Amino acid sequence: MHLLYPLVLSALLFSIGIYGVLARRNAILVLMSVELMLNAVNLNLVAFDVWLGDRLHAGQVFTLYVITIAAAEIGLGLAIVLLVFRQRETADVDALRDLGERQYEAALESDRAG
Amino acid sequence: MTGVEILFALLGAVAVAAALLVVGSPNLVHSALWLVVTLGALAGCYLLLTAEFVAWVQVLIYVGAVVVLLLFGLMLTRAPIGYSAELTSGNRWAAAIVAGATGGTLVTVIVEAFRREYVELHGVAGPSRGIGETIFRYWVLPFEILSVLLLAALVGAVVLSRRTPDEARPATDATVGAPGLAGGGDGTGRPSGGERLGAESGAVTGSADAAAPTMPAQEGDRTLSASQSTRSQRAAR
Repeated sequence: MHLLYPLVLSALLFSIGIYGVLARRNAILVLMSVELMLNAVNLNLVAFDVWLGDRLHAGQVFTLYVITIAAAEIGLGLAIVLLVFRQRETADVDALRDLGERQYEAALESDRAG
Repeated sequence: MTGVEILFALLGAVAVAAALLVVGSPNLVHSALWLVVTLGALAGCYLLLTAEFVAWVQVLIYVGAVVVLLLFGLMLTRAPIGYSAELTSGNRWAAAIVAGATGGTLVTVIVEAFRREYVELHGVAGPSRGIGETIFRYWVLPFEILSVLLLAALVGAVVLSRRTPDEARPATDATVGAPGLAGGGDGTGRPSGGERLGAESGAVTGSADAAAPTMPAQEGDRTLSASQSTRSQRAAR
């Protein structure tokens, strides 16, 4: 099999994941897009493992590790999203602007004015 | 084009189309279900690449656990079940440009670099036995570290999602003593009724059990209504 098939597929999935992370507003949809990107990386790892014929199967073992870490990440991420939802009544990442630069600038301007 | 390549291309097309629906669907639950299709197609790709064990782990953990967790998260955050146009933010064009540029660059570089490389696939079944031997012979230490990491993530998730009475009591004081602080938690100064109600009822949850007898009389009706709303909230969940 041509090596380009898995590699191009993984590049496409990765860019779709990037679009999802940047464009989606719901935090859980952002987490789903992160999963897409992680899966693209996994496909890359498996493809290179098979291509190199690695005797230690490093690529496949790393894929298993990435899958496990992704499961841990989704658990923690959902806990954080639920915490945010409990405190703010929203899971919309666009509404969470407490740490944004704009407030800081507004505070600076009010300091300058006052 | 061999048979394996055709099959891989078909599975890849399914995966990419389903992934586009994951990031583009106007329905949250449909997004999660299309994610199942993407992950299943990727499991098929792993099978074609003779990574049998990885494929089954993918099905078990991703399709079985992660997507179910995501659906639970959707339900617990009371996400809109039906169609909603608000799921994609206003900077979708910037996001599309960034994603297109990334994809274009990656595909160009990869095609240039690996144009003449071929994967030799040996046999039909994947080397599950080889994977097991290498994990427990050469990769034992990362494996053990991974179990510690999972434990830490478990403890972290429990700590994050636990609702302690200590956490609720200062919020009660803030609600009763300084009503302006109750709804202004989001810092934008935008008063929203649902949020204020949520903050109050969340605060009263802790104090209703402990401090209800000593509650002043003028707070009685407020406590009652708040606890009612808490109960209805719990019922809704």
